[in-house]
Formats: sequence, C-alpha cells, structure tokens
Amino acid sequence: MSALEIEAVYKSFGKLEVLKGIDLTLAEHEVVCLIGASGSGKSTLLRCVNLLEPIQAGRIVVRGEEATARGVDVNKIRRGIGIVFQAFNLFPHMSVLRNVTLGPRKALGLSRAEAESRAGDLLARFGLADKRDEYPDRLSGGQQQRVAIVRTLAMQPDLLLLDEVTSALDPELVAEVLEVIRELAHGGMTMLIATHEMGFARDVANRVCFLHEGRILEEGPPAQIFTAPREERTQQFLQRIVDAGRL
Amino acid sequence: MLGVAIVLVATRSPGWHEFKAYFFDWTRYGDSFPEIASAFLLNVKIFLIAEAIILVTALALAVIRSLPGPVFFPLRALAIVYADFFRGVPTILVILMLGTGMPALQVDWIPKSQVFWAIVSLVLVYTAYVSEVYRAGIESVHPSQEAAARSLGLTRGQALHYVILPQAVRRVVPPLLNDFIGLQKDTALVSVLGVVEALQQSKIDEAASFNGTYYLVAATLFVAITIPLARLTDWLVARDRRRQQAGRLA
Repeated sequence: MSALEIEAVYKSFGKLEVLKGIDLTLAEHEVVCLIGASGSGKSTLLRCVNLLEPIQAGRIVVRGEEATARGVDVNKIRRGIGIVFQAFNLFPHMSVLRNVTLGPRKALGLSRAEAESRAGDLLARFGLADKRDEYPDRLSGGQQQRVAIVRTLAMQPDLLLLDEVTSALDPELVAEVLEVIRELAHGGMTMLIATHEMGFARDVANRVCFLHEGRILEEGPPAQIFTAPREERTQQFLQRIVDAGRL
Repeated sequence: MLGVAIVLVATRSPGWHEFKAYFFDWTRYGDSFPEIASAFLLNVKIFLIAEAIILVTALALAVIRSLPGPVFFPLRALAIVYADFFRGVPTILVILMLGTGMPALQVDWIPKSQVFWAIVSLVLVYTAYVSEVYRAGIESVHPSQEAAARSLGLTRGQALHYVILPQAVRRVVPPLLNDFIGLQKDTALVSVLGVVEALQQSKIDEAASFNGTYYLVAATLFVAITIPLARLTDWLVARDRRRQQAGRLA
C-alpha cells in the first residue's frame, strides 16, 4: 500500500489554474522533494494533500483511503498527515508546551499527562526542553520552526508535508532546521517536501520532482535531476540556481 | 486650555451665581449621596447582569456571522438583519416599548418587572454592537492560524474555541470595554420607565428642591465606576503585550 497517491489532481483559484493534472505516488518511508520556481504549485499541492484546499478534479488517496471522496471525515484524515508551514504558524497565545499538546489532547483525546509526556520527550529530542514554558514570540525563527515540527510530530503522523520550512529563516538558522528533517528522514518518516534548498534536496530525497506551471515536468533520483536533467526547463531552472550561488 | 477657557467663561458669566447655587450645593451633595448611591446599586446590578449575558450572546452572534458556506446563509442573513435592526433603533425606544408594552400584555408567564424588560432591552441592543466588535477580532486573526489548527485534526469548532477566539478576544478587549462603559452609562435610560435608579432618584430629589446638585452626585457615581474600569483594561492590555512580546522588544 502506498503512503500517498495523487491522481490527476486539478486545482484552480477562480480562473487561475494552479495545478494542471498532478500524478505522484509516495511509497512508505520515501522522501520526495518538490522543486520549481515560486508559483509553480508546490505549496498548493501540499495544501491540497492536507485537504486545506478543495480540488476541482482528481483523487488523493492516503494509505488506501480516498481522502477526497465525499463524506470522508477530513479531521480523521488530517490527524494522519502532518504539515509544517513556511511561516511556522505557531499559536502565539500558548506556551510551547501547549502548542505541542493541543492536537494530541483535543484531536486524539490523550489525557493531559500523556500529551505532556509525549511533548516533553519530543522537545528534549530536538533540543527544546528548556523552552517548554516560553511563548513563541520569545524564540528565534529556527527554534519556532523546530517547535512547529515537534507540534506536528506529536500527532504521530504517517506522512509529513513540509512547505518551504526554511524560507522564512535567517541564513544562519537554516541548518538547525534542516538537521531535524534529515534526522526524520533517517528515522524512516515518509515526507513530501517543497523546498528551495537544492543541496538539501540532493542529500535527503529519494526522488525529486520538478514542477513547472502546475505540472510535474520531470522526476527522478536526485543524482539524475541535479546532474543530468532531461528537460530544458529543468536545466534552465537549475542553471539559475547555480548562477545565484545556491547549489 | 479648553478646560481653563470654559471655567473662565462660566465663572464670569452673568448667571454664574445662580448656576453655582443650582449645581454646587455641597451640603445637599453630602446629604443626598447615600440615598442616590443606594439607588445607583440598581444601575450596577442591571449593568452586571446585562454584561454577563451580552458577552455570551454577542459572541454567539459573531460566530454565526462567521460561519462559512451557502448552507449557513439563512442563519448569517438572520444575524445581519438582527444586528442592523438593533443598531438602528434608539436604545431609549427599545426600553420604552418593551418596558411598557410587555407588562401591559397581561400574560401570566410574561414577567411584569420593568427592570427585567430594561435588562432585556439593553441586552438586545448591546448584543448587536458587541457582536461587531467580536467579529472584527475574529477577522483579524490570520487564516493561517485556522489552517494550522485544522491541520492538526482539530474540528472547526475546536479551532475556533482554542485558537481563534482566544486571540480574537484578547485583541478586542479595549473596544469591548468601551462598549461596556457605554452600557454602564445607558443603564440611566431605564429611568424613562420610572424605575428608581440613580438618575431617577436624583430627578425626584431635584423636583422636590429645585436643586441640580443631585445630578452631580449621580454623575460622580457613574464616573467612579467607569474610570477604574478603563484603567484596569489598559493594565490588562499592557500586561498581555509584555508577556507575549518580551523577547521581541529585548
């Protein structure tokens, strides 16, 4: 059974067609990176998978269950899928600990003690044990994003979606967040990652998909995509990245 | 400056002597204070009961107006009509109509108490105002907050309860308090029903003596409640900001 199957997904915002027939399948424990210019549809695809955006056509199947079928309990589907956002989206009125325990307590029905013990373990694992009582505004961007990742992991998702999670960070804070994601990849987490960090994508991905104007134009192992891209568009995109000194 | 100018114009006016005698009779002020203060307790009681109800009904109305999708259109439309109507009708008219009309129906199970209907009137009117304040607060919370909450598998109701409303309410504490200061003052409108609250009591005293100092007593009592209320809110807002933004300001 695949972790995720995306079949012929179309998505428009009004007249603007953002996804024009996306097909993509992720096996368990697979890490797939989505690359492409801004506006190519990477973030929209992730939001569609998490059912934050309704799609116009196609199917999304999560571990054998069709998430886009009528009458599906979207909350149940979402509990199995974690998403981490570019802008962290932590809850500013809650301490770190409450940010992390809210989902497990209210959506999974864990007791406060169970949720806090789970949160405590995760915060310790990612070097945030001493931040549990802080409010998000008091943390650095890198710390906030690590808390956001921990908040998602506390739900023990089967699939993790990462939406340009380092794009809002100062350069010196990027590494600590990427390190966390690397560790998750080594731990066997199934991940679909939209990213501009090409070096990171090359290291961590089993497969890289190049999105262009709402379609997956090319996909393959990172070694092939980054060294011998077949499509002219992919070559142009990667050339611009190299020219900018980012690869 | 303006205050000094007003005082100068007033004290040099030809009628100043009569004015002073009419409004600033300190003996009457002291003598009538306990009586008017005890009538003022009714204002406080009306205010407290109405406020407690309004905080809940206004929130419910605001939430109804924020329900998405065509399914909830009739409910949303009803909420809009309600808010438009009760913000449009003068409060004093609502109090007069309900306060005199409802008891006149002579139906057993309809309460006859004018204070009861005065409270109902204030709740109806202020629910419409305060729901607008709540709604502005709800709309000021960025949609990404709801997305984050829903992505954790929380239902829409849970996202509203734990994530959106706490942030929304915090942001609207000052305008909310502003409306409650207005409500506190509007409890004086109940006097049109003949209910003996602070204003009615001072009217009675004024009519008996042709001296307006009693109004000054009532004014003092209203101000004595609203000013500390305003300072308390300022303090709450400042404390909240300090707690959340200490890192950013440092």
